[in-house]
Amino acid sequence: MALADLANPSRFLGLANRTIPWLGGLTVIAFAFGLNQAMGAPDDYQQGATVKIMFLHVPSAWLGMLAWGVMSIAALGTLVWRHPLADVAAKAAAPIGAAFTLLCLITGSLWGRPEWGTYWVWDARLTSELVLFLLYLGVIAVWRTVEDPSRAARAAAILTLVGAIDLPIIKFSVDWWNTLHQSASVFRMGGPTIYPTILIPLLAMTLAFTLLFATLQLAAMRNEILRRRVRTLRLMQASAVS
Amino acid sequence: MEAINHLPFIVGSYVAAFAVVAGLIGWVMIDFRTQRRALAQLEMRGLARRSAAVRPKGPMTEANEKA
Repeated sequence: MALADLANPSRFLGLANRTIPWLGGLTVIAFAFGLNQAMGAPDDYQQGATVKIMFLHVPSAWLGMLAWGVMSIAALGTLVWRHPLADVAAKAAAPIGAAFTLLCLITGSLWGRPEWGTYWVWDARLTSELVLFLLYLGVIAVWRTVEDPSRAARAAAILTLVGAIDLPIIKFSVDWWNTLHQSASVFRMGGPTIYPTILIPLLAMTLAFTLLFATLQLAAMRNEILRRRVRTLRLMQASAVS
Repeated sequence: MEAINHLPFIVGSYVAAFAVVAGLIGWVMIDFRTQRRALAQLEMRGLARRSAAVRPKGPMTEANEKA
């Protein structure tokens, strides 16, 4: 099947129906391995057992940004190429990204209290992450308030591309400003600064969360295609009656 | 001792993660059933999209079979 064939929603539905069970199974296996590794990881010499919160916090932060990245690419697809599945992908990713960004904020707050002595501080990393969550809510609000899907898609795409400015701000906030939040310790020049006994569980949990995102994204896209078919049929029914 | 002091924060994080992930999975599954049921009801009333009418086996049929 050529990549262009996936532009056809019917072909995409067929692919999603075949792929979702396998992806779901892989996700369960990855979580079983990741959680086993996370529970067996040693305490950090400075943070003690609270390092286990990192195995949730870092993957959810990554997914919050990944989902906005997916939405940004989809926004280009909507505005530039008018790809039939682009706005479906963007709409499906928004609630998933919002949920993981919220989880990042919750786990970060619960990690911050024992380590920093506070649940929240208005520093650059935390504030830019909160802005990302509010941007997600804004995009979801656009989708829910504009009834015509194609008009909603264009408005949401513009907001998404403007909001994409927040992604590098989140990433580099710890380098550009003095923050309580630690700087990058995995993806950095010179390699990770985390010891392998903690790095491996972190990477395993990140893989599991990423597979979960892929599964949820495909399933939510399938739902959105079906929702549009329902809408089309209801419009046909209403016009037949009138 | 330190682990005991920090236990509520660790457990709270994992409970929150479980709630968020379970909520997402539940939302996707319930939404799928809702849309599939709505589409099936409309199709039972004889309504069909023009593109689906010419296709012998529609994607909804395939989705029903898979589910």
